[in-house]
Amino acid sequence: MDPAEDRSNGDTDFGPRVTTRGFVGRARDVDQARLPPGQYLERGFPVLSYEATPSVDRADWQFSIETAAGSASWDWNQMLELPQTSLTVDIHCVTKWTKLDTTWVGVSIDDFLSAAGLELFSPYVMANCYTGYTTNLPSEDVLDDRAMVAHTFDGEPLDPEHGGPARLLVPHLYFWKSAKWVRGLQAMDEDSPGFWEGYGYHIRGDPWLEQRYAGD
Amino acid sequence: MPAIDTSAQVAGAFSGVGAWQRATVASVTVETYRAKTFRVALSDWSDFRSGQHVDVKLTAPDGYQAQRSYSIASSPELLGSIDLTVELVEGGEVSSWFHDVAEPGDVFELRGPIGGPFTWTVDDGGPLLLVGGGSGVVPLMSMLRHHRAHDFAAPALLLYSSRTLDDVIYLNELESYASTDSGPTVSLTLTRQNPPGWTGYTRRIDQRMIDDLLDEVGEPTLVFICGPTAFVENAAGLCVAAGVSAERIRTERFGPSG
Repeated sequence: MDPAEDRSNGDTDFGPRVTTRGFVGRARDVDQARLPPGQYLERGFPVLSYEATPSVDRADWQFSIETAAGSASWDWNQMLELPQTSLTVDIHCVTKWTKLDTTWVGVSIDDFLSAAGLELFSPYVMANCYTGYTTNLPSEDVLDDRAMVAHTFDGEPLDPEHGGPARLLVPHLYFWKSAKWVRGLQAMDEDSPGFWEGYGYHIRGDPWLEQRYAGD
Repeated sequence: MPAIDTSAQVAGAFSGVGAWQRATVASVTVETYRAKTFRVALSDWSDFRSGQHVDVKLTAPDGYQAQRSYSIASSPELLGSIDLTVELVEGGEVSSWFHDVAEPGDVFELRGPIGGPFTWTVDDGGPLLLVGGGSGVVPLMSMLRHHRAHDFAAPALLLYSSRTLDDVIYLNELESYASTDSGPTVSLTLTRQNPPGWTGYTRRIDQRMIDDLLDEVGEPTLVFICGPTAFVENAAGLCVAAGVSAERIRTERFGPSG
C-alpha cells in the first residue's frame, strides 16, 4: 500500500515527509517542552557502555586537570574537601531516552580550577577515563558551572555501572559526553575526536540541536 | 586498565551515519510469541559491520515522532535489505506499531548503520565467544550469519540465555548450525522452565558455565556480551574472573526500548 505523504508538513532528507500508516504514538502527556527532538521520556536509568564495568577503588582514585600553564590532581578525600555542588537536571542520551529531574552532587570544574589556581585558556579539553574511554569537549562547555565531577546520584553513592565512583556530568550535552569513571581533563589547543566521536557521533552533541551524528 | 582498540577507526570503517532514508517493510516473520523479524528494503543500503544498529523514526499524522534504535539481525552479505528483530515491549509505542500494525509495503524512516566497538567481521578472527540474554541475541545473530557466509572460518561459541524454550529466537537456525561440521557451538540455558528431555543448561549464567565454555572454545580473541544490564554486568564480570582480559570484552546493554 502507499504511505500517506503530506508535503505541507515539511520534507525529509529524501523527499516529502513519510507518515507511517497506523502509527499513533503514546499519549502526549509529558511536558513536551522538556524533551529535545527525537527523545522519549524514560523513568528508569538505562546503562550504556561498550566496555565491562571497571572496578575503581576510591583509595586509588585520582582526578587531574592538565593545562598548558600547569597541572593539578586530587585524591578522593581532597576532592571531597572542595566545595560540593548539588544539581538537579534533565539528562539526554543519544540512544533517545531522556530522564527528568536527576539530582547529582559533585565538584564543579570551576571549583577544581580555582582550588589549583589554574585557568583553562585552551579552547578544548579531552576527558580521559579509567577504562581508556575519551570524549572531547569545548572548554566553554565545562566552565561557568556547566560541568562537574559527580560522585552522588539521587542521594546515593554513584553505582559503578553508572560511572562510579565518579563521572563527568555535562548535562546540557548528550550523555556520552558525561564520561563514566573519569580520571582527568586535558587541555587541547585544537579539537580532536574522542571515542564515540571517532565512530561517527557528533563532535559536540547538543541534544536541543539534535546533534547525534557527524554532520547533524 | 584496558586500552581501547581504535584500529577500526583508523581504518575509516565508520565514516558517517548518513541521512534519514526510506525503509519499506518487505516481509514479516514471527520468531516467538513476542519477537518478530521485519525484512526492510532500504532506498540507500550500505555495507555495515555485524553488531551495528540503526535508528528508526515513526511519524504520526499529527507530526508526533518517535525514534528507537534496533540492532541489525541480518548479515552484511544480504544486500539491499536488513532484518530487524523487534521484541514487543509492553506499552512500547514503536515496538507495538511493529507488532500490531506493520505489514509488507509499510514505510518508515531509518538511519544508519551506527555503532563502533560492538562489531565483528571475519577479519577480526576468533575464537569468538558470544553471550546473549533475551533479545540481546539479535546483534550476535548478525555475527553468526556473517560467520556462516564465510564458512565458519574461526571457532565460535554462542551462550544464549532465555526464560523458556518459547522465548528462544532463531531456534531452528541455531539448531541447524549444530549439524554442520565447522559450525559454532550453541549452548542454550533456560532460566525459568525447561521442557521434558531438555539437555541444555537450566540456570542463570554462572562461573562454572563460563569456565567450561571457555575451556571448550579456547582463549577468545573477542567476547561480545549483549542483553539486559544486570545480565551483561554479571556475564562480563564472570569472563574477567575467568581470566579474559577486559579489553577483549565488548558489551551492549539493552535498556527498555519501547
